Amino acid sequence: MTTDNLVYERPEAFTETPTHYCPGCTHGVAHRLVAEVLEEMGVVNKTVGVAPVGCSVFAYNYFDADFVEAPHGRAPAMATGIKRVLPDRVVFTYQGDGDLASIGMGEIVHAAARGENITVIFINNANYGMTGGQMAPTTLPGMKTTSSPNGRDVETQGYPIKVSEMLSTLDGVGYCVRRSLHDPKNIRLAKKAIRAAFETQMRGLGFSMVELLSTCPTNWGMTPVASMKFVAEHMVPAYPLGDYKVSDAVKQIKVQG
Amino acid sequence: MPKELWKGNEAIAEAAVRAGLEAYFGYPITPQTEILEYLSRRMPELGRAFVQAESELGAINMVYGAACTGARVMSSSSSPGVSLMMEGLSYIAGTEIPAVLVNVMRGGPGLGNIAPAQSDYNQAVRGGGHGDYPRIVLAPASVQEAIDLMALSFDLAEKYRMIAMMILDGSVGQMMEPAEMPAMREIRRRDYEWAVNGAMNRERRILTSIYLNPLDEEKTNLRLAERWNEVKTNEVRYKEYFLDDAKYVVVGFGTAGRVALSAVREARAHGVKVGLLRPITVSPFPYEALNQLTGQVEAFLVVEMNAGQMLDDVQLAVRGRVPVEFYGRPGGVVPFHDEILDEIRRLVSGPLAVSSNPRDSWLTRMYRNLKIAVP
Amino acid sequence: MQKEIIIAGFGGQGVLFGGQVLAYAAMDNGLNVTWIPSYGPEMRGGTANCTVVIADREIGSPLVKNPPLAVALNLPSFDKYEEMLAPGGTLVVNQSMVDRAPKRNDIHVIFVPCNEIAEEIGDRRLLNMTAVGALLTALPEIKLEDLEKALENHLPEKHKKLLPKNFEALKRGFVHAQKEWDKVPA
Repeated sequence: MTTDNLVYERPEAFTETPTHYCPGCTHGVAHRLVAEVLEEMGVVNKTVGVAPVGCSVFAYNYFDADFVEAPHGRAPAMATGIKRVLPDRVVFTYQGDGDLASIGMGEIVHAAARGENITVIFINNANYGMTGGQMAPTTLPGMKTTSSPNGRDVETQGYPIKVSEMLSTLDGVGYCVRRSLHDPKNIRLAKKAIRAAFETQMRGLGFSMVELLSTCPTNWGMTPVASMKFVAEHMVPAYPLGDYKVSDAVKQIKVQG
Repeated sequence: MPKELWKGNEAIAEAAVRAGLEAYFGYPITPQTEILEYLSRRMPELGRAFVQAESELGAINMVYGAACTGARVMSSSSSPGVSLMMEGLSYIAGTEIPAVLVNVMRGGPGLGNIAPAQSDYNQAVRGGGHGDYPRIVLAPASVQEAIDLMALSFDLAEKYRMIAMMILDGSVGQMMEPAEMPAMREIRRRDYEWAVNGAMNRERRILTSIYLNPLDEEKTNLRLAERWNEVKTNEVRYKEYFLDDAKYVVVGFGTAGRVALSAVREARAHGVKVGLLRPITVSPFPYEALNQLTGQVEAFLVVEMNAGQMLDDVQLAVRGRVPVEFYGRPGGVVPFHDEILDEIRRLVSGPLAVSSNPRDSWLTRMYRNLKIAVP
Repeated sequence: MQKEIIIAGFGGQGVLFGGQVLAYAAMDNGLNVTWIPSYGPEMRGGTANCTVVIADREIGSPLVKNPPLAVALNLPSFDKYEEMLAPGGTLVVNQSMVDRAPKRNDIHVIFVPCNEIAEEIGDRRLLNMTAVGALLTALPEIKLEDLEKALENHLPEKHKKLLPKNFEALKRGFVHAQKEWDKVPA
């Protein structure tokens, strides 16, 4: 094979571990984007990742970088500890919506409020994937899950939490955006955002987070294609894509690639 | 270095700084807040990390993260706060990394009160967090001992890749005593073979407490147990008072132990051959020292500021060979020495029987002494 | 040798610092000492006390139920510690804040008008020092000069200008107490 017609290869920041994610799940895409960005920035060997509890608990198997595995929801606290004693390293957490927006809400809000120089990759797939598709704080109204079998009833089960909107109100946040992984164009935009988030950290400009709307075909009971469509038609309207906070300092950053 | 008058909590904080503390993460709770306050000034002054966390959950997980890098880090809290930290402690134990925690204990359960107590002995010594893990627990009885054990806590935690916890009751934290601070140790970040700090010129490292395969987890549990054997062999510490010819021995840790010393001295002045064994490591517990004494004494008296927790360990050591009696003041009450003196007199006047549960007779005496009705 | 002292009064009367000065002096004299406050909600207002134990050996209990020495800076403390004092003990009482005679005759009660003396010196906050000075008449292990040295050595720099008045308060309390002892029948 020549490089002329090479359209896809494993990023060097990846190990050769075969994926454990379900077919059609966008975790793989999100992992790849992070790996590509770290590689392009040349920081893989000074990166410490923090894996969550959830489907991506084994995120550390895929990245060829140092990693720790946090208790459920506590990744931002662990990342704080790491970054405070290793301020020149690149520290990121990779968290799902149950992990970040439910059990770990205290940790994420305060890490953001403190303006910790860490990057958070937030996967919003509207349910608890690993435990089999229970209702998450991000589950859409009316959406059926194994713990909201008749559809999420907002009267008794409350409303979805819009994390990016919420965190963007905090002064410690340098960069906070929402992107989606449901088609190639959005994936390209997501990668740019991930790059901007890590650039924010590299320059010490405060807390950075990219929320990624993601699929969960297995627990949603959909084909991969249908789940992509579900994201476009139902998730995006509920969780509008956009830049929720880009501080003036971050706006000055010129991102290449 | 000359002695200075130090308040327990501040002495602990300064001792940690001098032992090379690189980062402190904590949350305010009485009666240990002076540790946090002291370090909030001292750490930035030295260019070291200090974070007041959003909760004890946050604090212990910051410790967890920072400890994964091989840095010398700690937190401190008091009973209800330490309960919140149990999740993190279990993960730290499962990840086999060193971390240091100070628990300035107060009366409980629940919110309890802020008065001095030893109510968290079982939580500290037996585990508290989930899973099967050992931990080192040190129990200072004075400000100087707290200073000395603070540095030792870091050394032991790092030597055995294990949690070292210092438990003291609020009175040691609030008390002032003349004490000598050790010289400032240099910070030396060792590049441990397990430390996660960026895979520069080496294979990547992963620190995790997850072992999906039960056989792998079992191997981990066995490794922890084996390491604990080493700790038990090398690290048991206790202090003896008047034990050479003792026919009766009082066993108490921390403040209960030093109050007992006053009672033992007074009993000695009246000709009673009584001694004191004050465990300094309550985990590993000085079982063998007590085992040896059992051949020589007529009875033991366990004194604690709780409803009888270390009592179980003394009974394990004595194994029913001689009577073990108990006296405790739970709930945040510090016993006066004359109460313990009365108990020593009771031991001497006998008769005593080997009882499987000395707590029952203690309870009866407590209701009588306090003149309150048995519910 | 071991001596136990309780100093008690309202929060704001300088109870804790009074005890600390004794502790510093004992330490500087090469003795062991413990100083322990009653801590908690009573930190702000209400009744505060601290216990100081001075000894030439390892100190056991830092708390004592029946102290041989006590200082009561207000009436509630007088009521409490007159009852608790060990027989033969000495209780220094702030006469400015009490309106009754002692009930026990097996202890020595030394009345000192601490507030008045302090006001005469020109700083009401010095009332604790007058009481501590008075206490020394029953604590031969610590001399007036020891306390002065302790203040000089351990008072924060910004308070050093208050030293002469502190010395005066200690001394006036001491001298007043000596006169009271003279009234005690031999």
